[in-house]
Amino acid sequence: MSSQAAPLRGPRAAKPVLRPGQRRNRRRARRAALLFISPWIAGFLIFTLWPVIYSAYLSLTDYDVINSPNFVGTSNYAELFEDPKTALSLRNTFIYTAISVPAHVVVSLLLALLLNRAGRSSGFFRTVFYLPKMTPPVAIGILVLLLFNGQNGLVNGFLGWFGIDGPAWTTDPSWIKPGLILMSLWTLGSSVIILLAALRDVPQELYDSAKVDGANSFQVTRSITLPMISGSLFFLVIINTIAGFQTFTEAYTAFFGSGNTTYSNDAALFYSIYLFQQAFEFLHMGYASAMAWVLFVIVLIVTVIQMVVSRRFVYYESGNNDG
Amino acid sequence: MADLQAGPSQLPPVAPVRPADGAPAAVTPAPRRTGPGRTRRSPVARVLTWLALGAATVVFTYPLLWLISASFKPRSEVFDNRLIPKTFTFENYLTVWQEAPLALWLGNTVLVTVLAATTVTISSALVAWGFAFFRFRGRNVLFGLVLATMMLPGAVTMIPTFLIWNSLGQVGTLTPLWAGNLFGSAFYIFLLRQFFLGLPRELFEAARVDGANNWHMFSRIALPLCKPALVVTLLFEFQAAWTDLMRPLIYLRDSSTFTVPRGLKALLDQFGFGGDWHWELVVTASVITTVPMIILFFIGQRHFVEGIATTGNKG
Repeated sequence: MSSQAAPLRGPRAAKPVLRPGQRRNRRRARRAALLFISPWIAGFLIFTLWPVIYSAYLSLTDYDVINSPNFVGTSNYAELFEDPKTALSLRNTFIYTAISVPAHVVVSLLLALLLNRAGRSSGFFRTVFYLPKMTPPVAIGILVLLLFNGQNGLVNGFLGWFGIDGPAWTTDPSWIKPGLILMSLWTLGSSVIILLAALRDVPQELYDSAKVDGANSFQVTRSITLPMISGSLFFLVIINTIAGFQTFTEAYTAFFGSGNTTYSNDAALFYSIYLFQQAFEFLHMGYASAMAWVLFVIVLIVTVIQMVVSRRFVYYESGNNDG
Repeated sequence: MADLQAGPSQLPPVAPVRPADGAPAAVTPAPRRTGPGRTRRSPVARVLTWLALGAATVVFTYPLLWLISASFKPRSEVFDNRLIPKTFTFENYLTVWQEAPLALWLGNTVLVTVLAATTVTISSALVAWGFAFFRFRGRNVLFGLVLATMMLPGAVTMIPTFLIWNSLGQVGTLTPLWAGNLFGSAFYIFLLRQFFLGLPRELFEAARVDGANNWHMFSRIALPLCKPALVVTLLFEFQAAWTDLMRPLIYLRDSSTFTVPRGLKALLDQFGFGGDWHWELVVTASVITTVPMIILFFIGQRHFVEGIATTGNKG
């Protein structure tokens, strides 16, 4: 990343002796820079730094918006570990993330490899694959209910062609998460585009020399293509994992909300949904803040593990994937 | 599949074309074909590729086409899974227009989206320029902080941010849905900075000699040259603001202040589960929510695709 700063960064002189005029210029540049950056600094202080500190404080209180917060020590955290719904929502979230992220990356990769063979028409297919990504997540939540409807849905209609009697995706607790995961694969267009861009950056010479060596298509994919795009694959794993842990809108639309108390929706209770309910439906702001911090720590740990593991598998071309 | 079969390639071998600088290159990728796609394959392999692509195309487009088609079907036929309605009716649109204040919701959403997209583009461009053009002590630390904020789950700041807007008396208004964008957004700052870094420094040195000040260099030279990146920022944020549900759920109380997605959720709760099972109205409202995004995509599809490709490249 930083190496790309080169065009605008002059050679770094070793501790230059400044004439008074230069020193004044430098002070001026700094002042101008800070002026340009000031919107972000203000936003950071108001909407990031203060909220982070305040939510850490709130997590140690019983704040409910109406009464002023009382300090309760770590009891929110203690309660969190005993609350069966927290455990349930965490389990749901882990299952969802652990299945949807690998599925997302593998299917994206397959589609990108296909597109890379499509020649001139790859542009058309790229557009087609990206289109679902424009669908608002609320509408996707509604599509889950319609497409995966047990009696009349499109998905079971399709399975019916093959003589398969499809499950009640939206009401049977054991099929709710599979339905949501399948639906989430519908919006992987952006990952296909990212991988296709990476595939096109693989130097042709590598393929040419593999051809000379008589490698077959499978060997080429395994030994050249995958290592060369491993940086982008890893990027997708990281951002999709972080997004997976925070999944909210589709499941909330389909299975929660005021009109939606007709059946148990425990199977779709993801961590962010339970957190949202605690904060804005039950007004347990202290408890919800504690939940947010636990989520932050979990995401941090998982990301660090992924980064450590990735060092063994990810190949960066001279430490910079832009060449 | 025999992709490495000997034989002349379909396209003349072109040297990989790359514009001079890394950053803008990704936003306007050079048309080139590398990889196994360039070699000629057996007819069987080609047929299989096209079959797979065709199947994927059906999977990716059918749900949307079906949704649009279902909005023109009478209530009893919504679930018949046909692509062409057996009975074509415009009734659902009239009914949903009467049942819900859709014009109001659309107006609210347009207002929020336009404000969110323009403010975030202007503020992020200013900040990105501050990080790209000037050299000053602490710059890398500050920029590292910008990147670090992207890793922070929204849930951590969600509650105090709500309390800020609450104490300002803005809960229940549209302000919290866009005003945070006045301060720039880390992702767009990153994207635009990459772009600014690709501009040749000599351009600005020449301008400096001609007497241009810092503001002119930004507004008259850098910004016009970075139009594609600014368009990408506008489009991305337009989509993000239009489709957001969580913030409208948190901040909007009265139906008259709803955005379309928030209103759609209310309609689902009312007509989907809430007794009547008028799914044809839910479907129609979903189409009304979605179609503006599809139009946006067809207007700016090149920018969407190139913007996404850049994102991955820099990760």
